[in-house]
Amino acid sequence: MYTGKIRQILLITDGCSNQGEDPIAMAALAREQGISVNVIGVMEQDVIDEKGMTEIEGIAMSGGGVSQIVYAQQLSQTVQMVTRKAMNQTIQGVVNRELQQILGRSQTIEDLPPEKRGEVMEVVDELGETVELEVLILVDTSASMKHKLPTVKEAIIDLSLSLNARTGDNQFAVFVFPGKKNDVEKILDWTPKLQSLTSIFSQLTTGGITPTGPAIRTALSSFNSKRSLRSLMTGDDESFLEESM
Amino acid sequence: MMMNHSLKSRCKVAPGTVIIGKWHSNKYTVLKELGYGANGIVYLAKFKNTQVALKMSDNGMSITSEVNVLRSFAKVQGSTLGPSLLDVDDWKSNRGQISFYAMEYIQGPDLLTFLQNKGKSWTTVLFLQLLNDLNTLHANGWVFGDLKPENLIVTGPTPRIRCIDVGGTTLQGRAIKEFTEFYDRGYWGLGTRKADPAYDLFAVAMIMINTAYPKRFNKTIGGISQLREAIKKQKDLLLFEKVIVKALQGQYTNALQMRTELMSLIIDKKNHDTLNKSAVTNTNSTMQKQKINQSGMQQPKSRQTYRRKRKKNRWMETIIITIFLALLYFLYIFQKLL
Repeated sequence: MYTGKIRQILLITDGCSNQGEDPIAMAALAREQGISVNVIGVMEQDVIDEKGMTEIEGIAMSGGGVSQIVYAQQLSQTVQMVTRKAMNQTIQGVVNRELQQILGRSQTIEDLPPEKRGEVMEVVDELGETVELEVLILVDTSASMKHKLPTVKEAIIDLSLSLNARTGDNQFAVFVFPGKKNDVEKILDWTPKLQSLTSIFSQLTTGGITPTGPAIRTALSSFNSKRSLRSLMTGDDESFLEESM
Repeated sequence: MMMNHSLKSRCKVAPGTVIIGKWHSNKYTVLKELGYGANGIVYLAKFKNTQVALKMSDNGMSITSEVNVLRSFAKVQGSTLGPSLLDVDDWKSNRGQISFYAMEYIQGPDLLTFLQNKGKSWTTVLFLQLLNDLNTLHANGWVFGDLKPENLIVTGPTPRIRCIDVGGTTLQGRAIKEFTEFYDRGYWGLGTRKADPAYDLFAVAMIMINTAYPKRFNKTIGGISQLREAIKKQKDLLLFEKVIVKALQGQYTNALQMRTELMSLIIDKKNHDTLNKSAVTNTNSTMQKQKINQSGMQQPKSRQTYRRKRKKNRWMETIIITIFLALLYFLYIFQKLL
């Protein structure tokens, strides 16, 4: 029944944006396009300030995704958990809509008696295993992130290990912000494998500003250009995409 | 409807809170918190004068998913896989609807605490029990996934190991749902995160290592070489080295193979101990036998000659003694005659 893809942006940051558009608005824009935005806030010993925290939660909320604040050491595990959880959320959203169509009312999984939920859950699990997944990873490379970058790299490669254990296909792309010349720089184009990231990451330079909003906006256009390319090749792809969120 | 933006829990409740199910109207009184994980909090609660464990989560999906696993375990006859499921329901709290399930309360210390208190001699027994349980679990198409000491409780009065958190339990062939880095073969670069029996057996091997390193350790170079190094440094682990390394390298395709080899290691070790005293003579004789076989025909020949020599010597002895006695007799006769 569900042939669409799941599209996610995974934002890894350690604080507040300070340049360009409001990232919360950009996350809402993403959601409108059927792309969920998940945020991971990385701490060291320092605690993320109130303002940064509010922004992180705000982005995830308006982006229809999940957010989590972690210490750098626990990053790998959290990245996979957040991605999986967000994926299940999206699938559940779709399943809920299907249920509403069948049952005709504002029924969701939660409105079913617990005994009946089990079967629905099996469908959700099955989809989580087989659905095509596109994750665009957006890494904050502002100065304060510098010494956390090796851990971030590990976590991203680890994520590909987790997701590639699924039966369904995965596509990853990695963007960093701020880039060398622009606000955002693409360092790895859509690919199912992330191993090549190791060499790229060691050459990264960190910069001063944190243009989170523009970064999300640019990330969206990357999904879009991919979409138009795909739809040129396979024509009917577009109809699935409308359904993907 | 479905958004849980932060994993900070809505389902944190104070002791004394009364929880009444929306569908089945069972009444539970929360006594204390037992533990928490990524998917929710587990409480000890009172239900009609019995103690039960309540797992609550703001993520209804994970509750349903775990309930599915527990239901499927219940169908396995005579099994002690996971706690038995008692009730599934929703609770309308003032912070919104929270899904929960009630299960058997498995009481006891976790594996590492138990071993610290009761001593190392229990280690093998408990691991043999665990491997047996895992074998049943695998035979039913599941992989436990998030296997770690915190999820292993030793109940009494006769110590028996039990798995308590089925949050990571995954159908074989699918991607592992939940894991903890130290016990995960993907993290150490020793395999995929596809659920197969060997995934759990890797975790078992890591738990064995964990018994000698209660604080665990961090990945440095990773891979089998770092883990081998860690095993070599601990006397207690050296004993199991063969089995641990094989499990780490994914050489066991099922839990029974690992169990059998672990068992034989222990039995061999016991034989060694009891035989130690008589061992010296025993091994000497066997060594001689081996030498004889190795040197072929030469050895028996030399033995025969040795025997012949001894025979000659005996004849000489008798002759000398007879001559000597004869001489004495002659002397005696001469004296009598003169």
